[in-house]
This record gives sequence, C-alpha cells and structure tokens, in this order.
Amino acid sequence: MGLEVYMSVLVYVEQVDGKFKKSVFEAVSYAKAIANSQHTNLTAISIGNVAESELKELGKYGASKVLNVAADQLKNFVNQAYAAVIAEASQKEGANIVVLSNSFSGKGLAPRIAVKLKAGLIDGAVEIPNFEGGFSVKKTAFSGKAFAITTLSSENKVLSLNPNAFGIKENPTEISIENFSPDIKPTDLTAIVKEIVRATDKISLPDAELVVSAGRGLKGPENWGMIEELADLLGAATACSKPVSDADWRPHSEHVGQTGIAISPNLYIAIGISGAIQHLAGVSSSKVIVVINKDPEAPFFKVADYGIVGDAFEVVPKIITALKAHKG
Amino acid sequence: MKILVCISNVPDTTTKITFTNDNTQFNTAGVQFIVNPYDEIALSRAIELCEGGKGTVTVINVGESSTEPTIRKALAIGADDAVRIDASPRDAYFTAFQIAEYAKANDFDMILCGRESIDYNGSQVAAMIGEFLAIPSISIIKKLDFDGTTAKLEREIEGGKEVVSVTGKFVASCAEGTAEAKIPNMRGIMSARTKPLQVIEAKPIEMLGEITKFETPAPRGSVKLIDSATAEQLINLLHTEAKVI
Repeated sequence: MGLEVYMSVLVYVEQVDGKFKKSVFEAVSYAKAIANSQHTNLTAISIGNVAESELKELGKYGASKVLNVAADQLKNFVNQAYAAVIAEASQKEGANIVVLSNSFSGKGLAPRIAVKLKAGLIDGAVEIPNFEGGFSVKKTAFSGKAFAITTLSSENKVLSLNPNAFGIKENPTEISIENFSPDIKPTDLTAIVKEIVRATDKISLPDAELVVSAGRGLKGPENWGMIEELADLLGAATACSKPVSDADWRPHSEHVGQTGIAISPNLYIAIGISGAIQHLAGVSSSKVIVVINKDPEAPFFKVADYGIVGDAFEVVPKIITALKAHKG
Repeated sequence: MKILVCISNVPDTTTKITFTNDNTQFNTAGVQFIVNPYDEIALSRAIELCEGGKGTVTVINVGESSTEPTIRKALAIGADDAVRIDASPRDAYFTAFQIAEYAKANDFDMILCGRESIDYNGSQVAAMIGEFLAIPSISIIKKLDFDGTTAKLEREIEGGKEVVSVTGKFVASCAEGTAEAKIPNMRGIMSARTKPLQVIEAKPIEMLGEITKFETPAPRGSVKLIDSATAEQLINLLHTEAKVI
C-alpha cells in the first residue's frame, strides 16, 4: 500500500487558436491536486503554436514545466500523431499518470495514449484518485444515471476529466518552458484536417457553466429568439431536448440527454421540457436545475431545485426583464 | 468495399439503473437489452454506403450468447453477416483488442462504431481499435461520405466542426447526424434468422483495471416553486441563494 512511486504527472493542454480554454486550466488544477497528493511535480505538454505568455498561464494552476511542441506538421489536431507525442513525452518525463480533458479531442486521444502506454484508462473522471489500497477513480456511467468506481492495476494510467467536475484552482508555481522535438512519423499523419468551422460568438455547450435549454413546449423553431436572448444575457450556452433536434428545430450538437451529450453545468434552465428519463440522465449532474413548464405533473419538477409552473411565453419574458434589471 | 460495424448490447434507454451484490454488479433483472443507439446510427450509415451492391456490412459484437437477439436485430436492420467474439466485454481495452484482432485477419476498408455505449459511456473502443491497428481514428463524427478511395468526415468539436479526409483504412465513431437510424422491416426480420452468425473465441489479453463499485447519484432536495405571476423572483434567487449567476 502506497509503496508505488509516482515519478511525475503529465497533463495535456489542448489549445484552440493558440489559447487555452477554461477546461484546460481545470485539467491542470486537477492534475496538480494528484501530483501534490503524491509529492511529485506536474509537467504540461502543449502541441501547436502557443505564445510564451499563454504557456506561462499554466504556472498559475500548478504546472512547474511545460513541454512546448511547436512542430509545423502538428499544427492541426490529428489524434494518431498527438497520441504518439504525448506518449513519448510521458516516457521522457517518467510520468506514469497522464491527465487530459474529456473534450471531443480528448475522447479521440486518451484511448490511443492508453494503448500506447499499456495504461488503464478512466474517462470522464469526476473526482481525484483514491490511492488507498490501490488506485481508483469515480467516473460517470449509464449516461449520468450512475457512477462507477474504477480501479486500475496497470503501472501507467490515463485519466480524462469531465468538464466542470473539479473546478479551477489557482496554485501559483514557477514554470519553465522547454521546447520538445518529438519523433514524428509521417504514417501517423495520414488523416488530414481540411477545414475547421467554429462559431466564435457562441458559448460551447459541453463545457458551459450555464445552460438554457428548451423543448417541444416552445412549439416551433421560430420561437427560439427568447431562449437565445436569455442565454446571451446570462452568458449561457443553448441546448435542446431530443424531439427538438430530431425535428431539426435545432442542430444535433445542442441535444442533451442519454443519446445526445451529457453535461454538468452550474445552472441548467429547462424550458418546456417534460423531463423524460433519457433527458434527465444527461443533465442530472447539473448543480442547480430550474424547470419552467406549464404542466405541474411534468417529471422534471421532481429533480428541479427551482420550478415555475406556467406558460413559457409568459414566464420567460418576465425573467428576461428581471435579468436586464439585475444586470443594470 | 467491406465495412465492419461494432455493436454493443446495452440496456434500453428507459431502464431504471440499479445494482446488486453490494453495488458491484449492474442488476439485469427485468432489463430489456437493445443495440446501442449510436451503433445503430453507425450501422445505418454503413448500410447506406453499401447500397446498390457497393459493398458488404459485417457486424461484430463481443459478448456472451445472451447478446444474440441484439445481433439478430442488427442483421434485421440490414447487415449482411455477423461475428460474435464469445466473451464478456469486460472493458473497452479488452473489447477493442478482440475487434482489432478480428479486423487484422479480415480485410476491412473501414470500421465504424457508435460515439459511445450508453452503459459505460467510455467512448474508447473506436480510438483503441485505431491504435491497435495503427490506422487513423476519427472520434465523434456527424457526417461520413466515401467516394471509393477517400472518406470525408465531419468531426464534432466544441462550438463547431472539423472536416477530415482519410485515404486508406480508418476507424470512426458515429454520433447523431451521421445517419437516421433504420428500422427493420418484416423482410429484414425474416431474413435475419438465416444470415450467417459466426462465433469465435476470444484471445487472451491482460487486464488493466476493473469497476469495483457502483454508486447512484444522491437524491436531490425538493423543488422550490415560484409563482408564475412573480417569475422575476427567479433571478434574485439564482443570484443570492443558489449563487450561480
């Protein structure tokens, strides 16, 4: 028990257009907590073009070193090549715990790193590992209907952290930047990124802290104006229920629930959504849930923290007015 | 063209999840099992790509004999034949290894999975197969076109999409948007009974970890109702009481 030596922890810091997102700082904070519990250091690895000032930001959350891979061939995300680089870095650093965000890219990356390192992988971790009598981590399972405690017996371990599960924790540390030139195999770069389309004016749903979601109760896509207005005022992402995306009122990427995406924001406002078990599965780990529905029997009220029984078309404008007043 | 589609046998989406044996095992009593909904999307796209005699679709499942009704359902939807690796799918690493070993011995142009299974939500198998086979893997796609040599895929990213092209073998995990899930018709259901289903033995591989305990989420407190006539109160409550805005 506790005899295993953790030499260091490596965290992969995903950049978007040369910047790190909040979910990256959260992963660094989480990795730092693991490193601290094992009295070891935290090294970060960044791939792509990131300015020195941005790399130094990682020190704020506890990384004492960042390996900077600026190779031009790795400008775009190709998980096969990125996994090779991260695995090589972990071996170079003697890191037997690799941490990353459970983002869309993270989901494509973590399994490849795990196979390369013959490491057990825990995806969607929601707590820091328990080292007592081994190494176990709590993760979400059954699409949010349960948690699974997974115990790893492998020497190397890969953990991907769910957005908003740990939070950002500052831990100012002196950070050094080291350029790292990994071995890049052309055979790892056969998938070619042709185009990246990203809406910069919208808040991304999977890692949003606040989410405004609407369902069939809105009656049609033309009525989403007030949902978007409310979301904009709050600085929230918009989401929807399955029937709404199935009817093409909203894009599939907004569908939250068991067969859409699972989210765990600080605030989830559900408007005109009855709360079928499949929908609840995807949102039940939200910290605060507000339900607005004209049907007092809607199952969603059973899991809500705040409820308003009423017509969305009357209630939502009142909330928008109050919010404008609140914001001054 | 030969496409391999990986299917997982999962509890129906309406299942109330409970556990037995001191919360160490999923309670399957009374649970209806289905083809994992995302795998159905992958299968439907594979069938579309092979329409008009352009290729064949093989479905593969790692599971014990109890999963055969799910495999037959996939055949009824339109797969040409099926393979079952006879073993309990103890984790993604084990499952991906078995599928990769089968794919190595049988020449497939592409391997499709669902974005994740709705039981363990790992989203691991597709990328692991890619790594075992040393071929590209594209995770969480919402569009897949293939012109006979090059595949064009749209991958989901935070706040948008990324278009990726691949020439040669690849693995992809499919999300909503890739295809509309097909519903089996009567002819499909009848022919599924006689389509080939090969059962093969699993290969040994070391275990890297296991689920040691399950927990169910703590029940939430009761709802605080706000009169719709004074709905504006909500903002104040979210600010001063819940402290989330």
